[in-house]
Amino acid sequence: MNSKPLALKILDLVSILLLLAAAYLAIFVAPTEKVMGDVQRVFYFHIGTAWVALVGFVFTAVLSVVYLVTKDLKWDRIQVAAVEVSVVFFLITIILGSIWARPAWNTWWTWDPRLTTAAITELVYIAYFMLRQGIDDPDRRARFGAVYALIGGLSAPITFFAIRLFRTIHPVVIAGSNANAEGTFSMTPDMLKAFFFALFAFTVIFIDLFWNRIRLGNTQDKVEQLKMKVTI
Amino acid sequence: MLFQEATPDTSGYMIAGYAITFIILGIYVASMYLRNRNYEEDMNLLEEMEKAAAKPGKPAKAVTKKRTKK
Repeated sequence: MNSKPLALKILDLVSILLLLAAAYLAIFVAPTEKVMGDVQRVFYFHIGTAWVALVGFVFTAVLSVVYLVTKDLKWDRIQVAAVEVSVVFFLITIILGSIWARPAWNTWWTWDPRLTTAAITELVYIAYFMLRQGIDDPDRRARFGAVYALIGGLSAPITFFAIRLFRTIHPVVIAGSNANAEGTFSMTPDMLKAFFFALFAFTVIFIDLFWNRIRLGNTQDKVEQLKMKVTI
Repeated sequence: MLFQEATPDTSGYMIAGYAITFIILGIYVASMYLRNRNYEEDMNLLEEMEKAAAKPGKPAKAVTKKRTKK
Protein backbone atom coordinates (compact mmCIF):
# COMPACT_ATOMS: atom_id res chain seq x y z
CA MET A 1 0.00 0.00 0.00
CA ASN A 2 1.48 3.36 -0.99
CA SER A 3 1.15 6.22 1.45
CA LYS A 4 0.56 9.66 0.01
CA PRO A 5 3.78 11.45 -1.00
CA LEU A 6 4.66 14.54 1.02
CA ALA A 7 4.53 16.75 -2.09
CA LEU A 8 0.92 15.68 -2.70
CA LYS A 9 -0.02 16.30 0.94
CA ILE A 10 1.43 19.81 0.65
CA LEU A 11 -0.40 20.33 -2.65
CA ASP A 12 -3.68 19.23 -1.00
CA LEU A 13 -3.20 21.85 1.70
CA VAL A 14 -2.13 24.55 -0.76
CA SER A 15 -5.18 23.80 -2.93
CA ILE A 16 -7.57 24.27 0.00
CA LEU A 17 -5.89 27.55 0.94
CA LEU A 18 -5.94 28.78 -2.67
CA LEU A 19 -9.64 27.94 -3.01
CA LEU A 20 -10.45 29.90 0.15
CA ALA A 21 -8.22 32.81 -0.94
CA ALA A 22 -9.84 32.88 -4.40
CA ALA A 23 -13.29 32.98 -2.78
CA TYR A 24 -12.13 35.76 -0.43
CA LEU A 25 -10.77 37.88 -3.31
CA ALA A 26 -13.91 37.34 -5.39
CA ILE A 27 -16.36 38.09 -2.58
CA PHE A 28 -14.58 40.73 -0.47
CA VAL A 29 -11.87 42.36 -2.61
CA ALA A 30 -13.38 42.61 -6.10
CA PRO A 31 -15.84 45.50 -6.38
CA THR A 32 -19.56 44.97 -6.90
CA GLU A 33 -20.60 45.21 -10.52
CA LYS A 34 -23.22 48.00 -10.71
CA VAL A 35 -25.69 46.51 -13.17
CA MET A 36 -25.76 42.86 -12.05
CA GLY A 37 -24.84 43.20 -8.38
CA ASP A 38 -23.23 40.43 -6.33
CA VAL A 39 -24.15 37.62 -8.70
CA GLN A 40 -21.39 38.83 -11.04
CA ARG A 41 -18.91 37.46 -8.45
CA VAL A 42 -19.65 33.90 -9.57
CA PHE A 43 -17.92 34.89 -12.81
CA TYR A 44 -14.46 34.36 -11.22
CA PHE A 45 -15.18 30.72 -10.36
CA HIS A 46 -17.21 30.23 -13.56
CA ILE A 47 -14.23 31.14 -15.74
CA GLY A 48 -11.70 29.46 -13.45
CA THR A 49 -13.47 26.10 -13.60
CA ALA A 50 -14.22 26.44 -17.33
CA TRP A 51 -10.56 27.15 -18.07
CA VAL A 52 -9.24 24.02 -16.35
CA ALA A 53 -12.07 21.82 -17.63
CA LEU A 54 -11.64 22.79 -21.29
CA VAL A 55 -7.85 22.49 -21.11
CA GLY A 56 -8.41 19.12 -19.39
CA PHE A 57 -10.64 17.92 -22.24
CA VAL A 58 -8.06 18.94 -24.85
CA PHE A 59 -5.38 17.23 -22.74
CA THR A 60 -7.40 13.99 -22.82
CA ALA A 61 -7.34 14.11 -26.62
CA VAL A 62 -3.54 14.40 -26.47
CA LEU A 63 -3.44 11.46 -24.05
CA SER A 64 -5.54 9.48 -26.52
CA VAL A 65 -2.86 9.90 -29.16
CA VAL A 66 -0.15 8.92 -26.67
CA TYR A 67 -2.07 5.77 -25.69
CA LEU A 68 -2.83 4.79 -29.30
CA VAL A 69 0.85 5.14 -30.19
CA THR A 70 2.35 3.42 -27.10
CA LYS A 71 -0.51 1.00 -26.17
CA ASP A 72 0.58 1.43 -22.55
CA LEU A 73 -2.40 1.20 -20.17
CA LYS A 74 -0.73 3.75 -17.89
CA TRP A 75 -1.82 6.46 -20.34
CA ASP A 76 -5.37 5.14 -20.27
CA ARG A 77 -5.47 5.50 -16.47
CA ILE A 78 -4.13 9.06 -16.75
CA GLN A 79 -6.77 9.83 -19.39
CA VAL A 80 -9.61 8.54 -17.20
CA ALA A 81 -8.32 10.74 -14.37
CA ALA A 82 -8.17 13.82 -16.61
CA VAL A 83 -11.69 13.24 -17.99
CA GLU A 84 -13.22 12.65 -14.56
CA VAL A 85 -11.73 15.78 -12.96
CA SER A 86 -12.59 17.87 -16.03
CA VAL A 87 -16.21 16.65 -15.97
CA VAL A 88 -16.53 17.71 -12.31
CA PHE A 89 -15.11 21.18 -13.02
CA PHE A 90 -17.24 21.64 -16.12
CA LEU A 91 -20.36 20.68 -14.18
CA ILE A 92 -19.54 23.51 -11.75
CA THR A 93 -19.04 25.87 -14.74
CA ILE A 94 -22.46 25.04 -16.18
CA ILE A 95 -24.27 25.34 -12.83
CA LEU A 96 -22.58 28.67 -12.03
CA GLY A 97 -23.47 29.96 -15.50
CA SER A 98 -27.07 28.98 -14.95
CA ILE A 99 -27.16 30.72 -11.56
CA TRP A 100 -25.70 33.87 -13.13
CA ALA A 101 -28.16 33.71 -16.05
CA ARG A 102 -31.26 33.77 -13.81
CA PRO A 103 -30.93 37.44 -12.74
CA ALA A 104 -28.92 38.55 -15.81
CA TRP A 105 -31.05 36.97 -18.56
CA ASN A 106 -34.17 36.28 -16.52
CA THR A 107 -33.93 32.56 -17.23
CA TRP A 108 -31.99 29.60 -15.80
CA TRP A 109 -31.28 28.18 -19.23
CA THR A 110 -31.56 29.10 -22.89
CA TRP A 111 -30.47 27.16 -25.98
CA ASP A 112 -27.83 29.71 -26.86
CA PRO A 113 -24.87 28.35 -28.96
CA ARG A 114 -22.44 28.60 -26.01
CA LEU A 115 -24.79 26.93 -23.53
CA THR A 116 -25.76 24.25 -26.02
CA THR A 117 -22.16 23.38 -26.96
CA ALA A 118 -21.20 23.37 -23.26
CA ALA A 119 -24.05 20.98 -22.42
CA ILE A 120 -23.08 18.73 -25.34
CA THR A 121 -19.43 18.70 -24.21
CA GLU A 122 -20.42 17.66 -20.67
CA LEU A 123 -22.72 14.92 -22.00
CA VAL A 124 -20.05 13.68 -24.43
CA TYR A 125 -17.66 13.07 -21.52
CA ILE A 126 -20.32 11.54 -19.25
CA ALA A 127 -21.02 9.14 -22.12
CA TYR A 128 -17.27 8.35 -22.18
CA PHE A 129 -17.66 6.63 -18.80
CA MET A 130 -20.80 4.82 -19.95
CA LEU A 131 -18.90 3.51 -22.97
CA ARG A 132 -16.06 2.25 -20.77
CA GLN A 133 -18.48 0.56 -18.38
CA GLY A 134 -19.77 -1.59 -21.21
CA ILE A 135 -16.38 -3.07 -22.19
CA ASP A 136 -14.68 -5.72 -20.02
CA ASP A 137 -11.40 -6.26 -21.85
CA PRO A 138 -8.93 -3.59 -20.55
CA ASP A 139 -7.07 -3.18 -23.85
CA ARG A 140 -10.26 -2.91 -25.90
CA ARG A 141 -11.75 -0.52 -23.31
CA ALA A 142 -8.65 1.68 -23.46
CA ARG A 143 -8.59 1.68 -27.27
CA PHE A 144 -12.28 2.57 -27.61
CA GLY A 145 -11.94 5.18 -24.86
CA ALA A 146 -8.93 6.74 -26.56
CA VAL A 147 -10.64 7.00 -29.96
CA TYR A 148 -13.81 8.37 -28.34
CA ALA A 149 -11.89 10.97 -26.29
CA LEU A 150 -9.88 11.97 -29.37
CA ILE A 151 -13.06 12.75 -31.30
CA GLY A 152 -14.78 14.16 -28.20
CA GLY A 153 -11.82 16.51 -27.75
CA LEU A 154 -13.18 18.55 -30.67
CA SER A 155 -16.11 19.65 -28.53
CA ALA A 156 -13.85 21.69 -26.22
CA PRO A 157 -12.54 24.16 -28.85
CA ILE A 158 -16.03 24.33 -30.40
CA THR A 159 -17.42 25.33 -26.98
CA PHE A 160 -14.66 27.90 -26.49
CA PHE A 161 -15.10 29.51 -29.92
CA ALA A 162 -18.93 29.29 -29.94
CA ILE A 163 -19.29 32.83 -28.56
CA ARG A 164 -16.79 34.15 -31.10
CA LEU A 165 -18.19 32.36 -34.14
CA PHE A 166 -21.96 32.36 -33.66
CA ARG A 167 -24.53 34.99 -32.81
CA THR A 168 -25.02 34.58 -29.08
CA ILE A 169 -26.14 36.46 -25.98
CA HIS A 170 -23.27 35.06 -23.91
CA PRO A 171 -20.76 37.82 -22.99
CA VAL A 172 -17.19 37.70 -24.34
CA VAL A 173 -15.25 39.15 -21.43
CA ILE A 174 -11.81 37.88 -22.43
CA ALA A 175 -10.18 38.84 -25.75
CA GLY A 176 -13.17 40.00 -27.72
CA SER A 177 -16.57 41.63 -27.66
CA ASN A 178 -20.08 40.71 -28.66
CA ALA A 179 -22.68 43.28 -29.72
CA ASN A 180 -25.54 40.90 -28.92
CA ALA A 181 -24.28 40.00 -25.45
CA GLU A 182 -26.45 40.60 -22.39
CA GLY A 183 -24.65 40.97 -19.07
CA THR A 184 -21.26 42.03 -20.40
CA PHE A 185 -18.99 44.25 -18.28
CA SER A 186 -15.50 45.77 -18.16
CA MET A 187 -13.09 44.62 -15.47
CA THR A 188 -11.48 47.00 -12.97
CA PRO A 189 -7.92 46.29 -11.65
CA ASP A 190 -9.35 44.61 -8.49
CA MET A 191 -11.62 42.47 -10.64
CA LEU A 192 -8.63 41.47 -12.77
CA LYS A 193 -6.70 40.58 -9.62
CA ALA A 194 -9.51 38.28 -8.40
CA PHE A 195 -9.92 36.88 -11.91
CA PHE A 196 -6.28 35.92 -12.49
CA PHE A 197 -5.96 34.58 -8.95
CA ALA A 198 -9.01 32.34 -9.52
CA LEU A 199 -7.45 31.07 -12.77
CA PHE A 200 -4.24 30.24 -10.91
CA ALA A 201 -6.06 28.70 -7.93
CA PHE A 202 -8.22 26.42 -10.08
CA THR A 203 -5.19 25.35 -12.12
CA VAL A 204 -3.43 24.22 -8.92
CA ILE A 205 -6.63 22.57 -7.58
CA PHE A 206 -7.04 20.73 -10.89
CA ILE A 207 -3.45 19.44 -10.75
CA ASP A 208 -3.98 18.31 -7.14
CA LEU A 209 -7.22 16.44 -7.87
CA PHE A 210 -5.74 15.03 -11.06
CA TRP A 211 -2.72 13.64 -9.19
CA ASN A 212 -4.98 12.14 -6.50
CA ARG A 213 -7.19 10.59 -9.19
CA ILE A 214 -4.20 9.05 -10.99
CA ARG A 215 -3.15 7.43 -7.70
CA LEU A 216 -6.70 6.12 -7.25
CA GLY A 217 -6.58 4.63 -10.76
CA ASN A 218 -3.26 2.96 -9.98
CA THR A 219 -4.72 1.41 -6.80
CA GLN A 220 -7.76 0.22 -8.75
CA ASP A 221 -5.47 -1.36 -11.34
CA LYS A 222 -3.48 -3.19 -8.64
CA VAL A 223 -6.72 -4.53 -7.13
CA GLU A 224 -7.87 -5.80 -10.53
CA GLN A 225 -4.52 -7.49 -11.13
CA LEU A 226 -4.65 -9.14 -7.69
CA LYS A 227 -8.21 -10.31 -8.36
CA MET A 228 -7.06 -11.95 -11.59
CA LYS A 229 -4.10 -13.57 -9.79
CA VAL A 230 -6.28 -14.93 -6.96
CA THR A 231 -8.96 -16.16 -9.36
CA ILE A 232 -6.40 -18.03 -11.47
CA MET B 1 -31.81 44.95 -15.61
CA LEU B 2 -30.16 47.37 -18.07
CA PHE B 3 -32.43 50.35 -17.36
CA GLN B 4 -32.56 50.18 -13.58
CA GLU B 5 -30.81 52.84 -11.51
CA ALA B 6 -30.00 51.02 -8.27
CA THR B 7 -27.77 47.95 -8.11
CA PRO B 8 -30.05 44.94 -7.65
CA ASP B 9 -29.66 42.65 -4.64
CA THR B 10 -28.48 39.40 -6.22
CA SER B 11 -26.44 38.21 -3.24
CA GLY B 12 -28.67 35.14 -2.82
CA TYR B 13 -27.59 33.87 -6.25
CA MET B 14 -23.96 34.56 -5.41
CA ILE B 15 -24.19 32.61 -2.14
CA ALA B 16 -25.93 29.74 -3.95
CA GLY B 17 -23.17 29.70 -6.58
CA TYR B 18 -20.32 29.54 -4.09
CA ALA B 19 -22.18 27.02 -1.89
CA ILE B 20 -22.76 24.71 -4.86
CA THR B 21 -19.10 24.97 -5.92
CA PHE B 22 -17.90 23.98 -2.45
CA ILE B 23 -20.52 21.21 -2.16
CA ILE B 24 -19.63 19.65 -5.54
CA LEU B 25 -15.90 19.78 -4.83
CA GLY B 26 -16.54 18.36 -1.33
CA ILE B 27 -18.62 15.48 -2.70
CA TYR B 28 -15.95 14.71 -5.31
CA VAL B 29 -13.12 14.70 -2.76
CA ALA B 30 -15.23 12.49 -0.43
CA SER B 31 -15.99 10.09 -3.29
CA MET B 32 -12.28 9.78 -4.09
CA TYR B 33 -11.47 9.15 -0.42
CA LEU B 34 -14.15 6.45 -0.12
CA ARG B 35 -13.19 4.75 -3.36
CA ASN B 36 -9.55 4.74 -2.30
CA ARG B 37 -10.43 3.28 1.11
CA ASN B 38 -12.52 0.53 -0.50
CA TYR B 39 -9.76 -0.38 -2.95
CA GLU B 40 -7.21 -0.55 -0.16
CA GLU B 41 -9.50 -2.83 1.88
CA ASP B 42 -9.95 -5.02 -1.19
CA MET B 43 -6.21 -5.08 -1.74
CA ASN B 44 -5.54 -6.18 1.86
CA LEU B 45 -8.14 -8.90 1.57
CA LEU B 46 -6.82 -10.15 -1.76
CA GLU B 47 -3.26 -10.20 -0.43
CA GLU B 48 -4.45 -12.28 2.54
CA MET B 49 -6.27 -14.63 0.17
CA GLU B 50 -3.15 -14.94 -1.95
CA LYS B 51 -1.04 -15.81 1.12
CA ALA B 52 -3.66 -18.27 2.38
CA ALA B 53 -3.84 -19.94 -1.00
CA ALA B 54 -0.05 -20.28 -1.07
CA LYS B 55 -0.01 -22.15 2.31
CA PRO B 56 -0.68 -25.89 1.93
CA GLY B 57 -3.83 -27.20 3.63
CA LYS B 58 -5.36 -23.79 4.16
CA PRO B 59 -8.07 -23.06 1.60
CA ALA B 60 -8.39 -19.53 0.29
CA LYS B 61 -12.15 -19.58 0.88
CA ALA B 62 -11.61 -19.36 4.66
CA VAL B 63 -10.50 -15.76 4.21
CA THR B 64 -13.40 -14.80 2.00
CA LYS B 65 -15.79 -15.06 4.96
CA LYS B 66 -14.39 -11.75 6.25
CA ARG B 67 -15.70 -10.06 3.12
CA THR B 68 -19.34 -10.49 4.24
CA LYS B 69 -19.11 -7.62 6.72
CA LYS B 70 -19.08 -5.10 3.80
